[in-house]
Amino acid sequence: MAQTGLTRIGLTLGPLFFHWPADRLRNFYNRIADEAPVERVHVGEVVCGKRMPFSDPAWPEIIERLERGGKEVVLSTLAAPATVRERRAIGELCADGCLVEINDITALPARSGRPFVAGPFLNVYNEATAHFLMRHGAATICPPVELSLQTVGTIAAACPETEFEVFAFGRLPLALSGRCYHARLHGLHKDSCQFTCEQDPDGLAVDTLDDQPFLAINGVQTLSAQVHAVLADPADLVALGIRRLRLSPHGCDMVEVARTYRTLIEGRQDAEGARFLLSCLDLPGTLVDGYARGEAGSRAALPA
Amino acid sequence: MSGSLELVCPAGTPATLRAAVQAGADAVYCGFRDETNARNFPGLNFSPREMAEGIRFAHGQGARVLVAINTFARAGDTDPWRRAADTAAECGADAVIAADIAVLDHMACQHPRTRLHLSVQAAAATPEAIGFYAKAFGVRRVVLPRVLSVQEIAALNRAIDVETEAFVFGGLCVMIEGRCSLSSYAAGRSPNLNGVCSPPEMVGYDEDAGGTAARLAGFTIDRYEPGEPVGYPTLCKGRFKAGDKAGYLFEDPVSLNAGSMIVALKAAGVTALKIEGRQRGKGYVTEVVRAFRRAVDAVERGHDPAEIDGMLAALSEGGRQTAGAYRKIWR
Repeated sequence: MAQTGLTRIGLTLGPLFFHWPADRLRNFYNRIADEAPVERVHVGEVVCGKRMPFSDPAWPEIIERLERGGKEVVLSTLAAPATVRERRAIGELCADGCLVEINDITALPARSGRPFVAGPFLNVYNEATAHFLMRHGAATICPPVELSLQTVGTIAAACPETEFEVFAFGRLPLALSGRCYHARLHGLHKDSCQFTCEQDPDGLAVDTLDDQPFLAINGVQTLSAQVHAVLADPADLVALGIRRLRLSPHGCDMVEVARTYRTLIEGRQDAEGARFLLSCLDLPGTLVDGYARGEAGSRAALPA
Repeated sequence: MSGSLELVCPAGTPATLRAAVQAGADAVYCGFRDETNARNFPGLNFSPREMAEGIRFAHGQGARVLVAINTFARAGDTDPWRRAADTAAECGADAVIAADIAVLDHMACQHPRTRLHLSVQAAAATPEAIGFYAKAFGVRRVVLPRVLSVQEIAALNRAIDVETEAFVFGGLCVMIEGRCSLSSYAAGRSPNLNGVCSPPEMVGYDEDAGGTAARLAGFTIDRYEPGEPVGYPTLCKGRFKAGDKAGYLFEDPVSLNAGSMIVALKAAGVTALKIEGRQRGKGYVTEVVRAFRRAVDAVERGHDPAEIDGMLAALSEGGRQTAGAYRKIWR
């Protein structure tokens, strides 16, 4: 219940899905702390536990800097933990006093009873599941990306005590695997992957044999090639019970992305204007919003 | 852990259920003819009456029936899932296989005496996750995600006190099941939303100068030279381009045959072996179940893995096979 004003929608910077070097992480979050008009920032590795030794040392300083910049920090946890080390990392983060985001049921026993964010990798498809998680401490729920705004609204209407957030900007996280596609592409095995995913700061584009942009690979994760952008009228979002929009970090100017969404939710810019501003940025794909409308996720955004 | 391996076999129709039982299945799994199960294809699955009859038949032959209610209930319309769960319990199902917390919670509250199995769609792969489902809902068995190696399964079984069931044959998802939206991204319908993947009504085969393009909702999933046999455009089994390479980026068009791993899976503490294929016909199911019955019986008599593998090699249908994630090198 961080938002008290009924018509106010918050902006969240979601967890970074990609493997960026520690220096880039620091520079990126420093700028977010100073300039991005978002209330909440997620930090931490979500996709691949093997990357954690590289980014872990950078987080404490980043968190401090974000908090000094007035941001609420959320520690995101792994979506597909497997090893003892990954499971231990989740347990430690959940035991911490900070707000955490749970992306796999593995984290629930360690966190149950204390507030958490239910991330989009948890299968919250209906109000009964949302209620269950709420009873265990879910304070914010960001449902799976394939649900329409209308469906999120249906769940939110049944759970007025919980805050609902929708994935509103970025390549869509579509699938996770036990197999690393970056390693496979480079003829390597996951256990000796050489971290080739680091070469692709927005993931590596996957085209069809007929050169249609289609997907993107990011280690064990598969994303959309296109960039999902929910650019709805803020009054409509409020009516659906949606209280936060999540912006997923990419290599483009994320401060500008956040500013664009800010002007939209404050009514200083209409959807078409916001879409135009986004399309001027160095995006990894064209804009789509089919999921938000209950259609195939790859459907191009309709002109407002 | 030391009992005989249970052979769990698919039944897409009442006729296949009878065939699987007669071919030696210890248990069959099947679902209702609606969106509550993850094989929601036209012409498949059971009406409530057929389910009751199927269960009576199986019980008469000493076999069990596991009812899959393993999709995620629709927001604002969870009644069909609750009804399916109620019907399964009333029909005397030996277990309900579920993935959605809404369904698990309903079963635990309303039908605490019916066994609950955690579907592969729940993607529970750690002792913490499995322990949570066991404690919260009384889950007695977990169908393991197809991403674990045999060594990991052994370690997992040491850390949990519920049974595990492992896929050994049939279609192979390369993505973690229950956590894949590729199909709805391309074509609007997905396993979690609708119980379907790469929906047939969105498939098209287009001929041009270069041969045949197999497309899903307009996306080219694969291309074939003139005369080359054309496959079904399952999203993750297609050929794509990335970087300077083109090929089967996610997975080759292979199917799972872990026949060579049965001995190891038993040693790893697995309770039940599962055959995929509720969309398959009576003849196929009979042949596969019969072969696995012989193989499992041979395992129980102490035959070695090479012999077991040989007994199942004939099932390849000429297609390529893999032992999947059970061998670590797959990753």
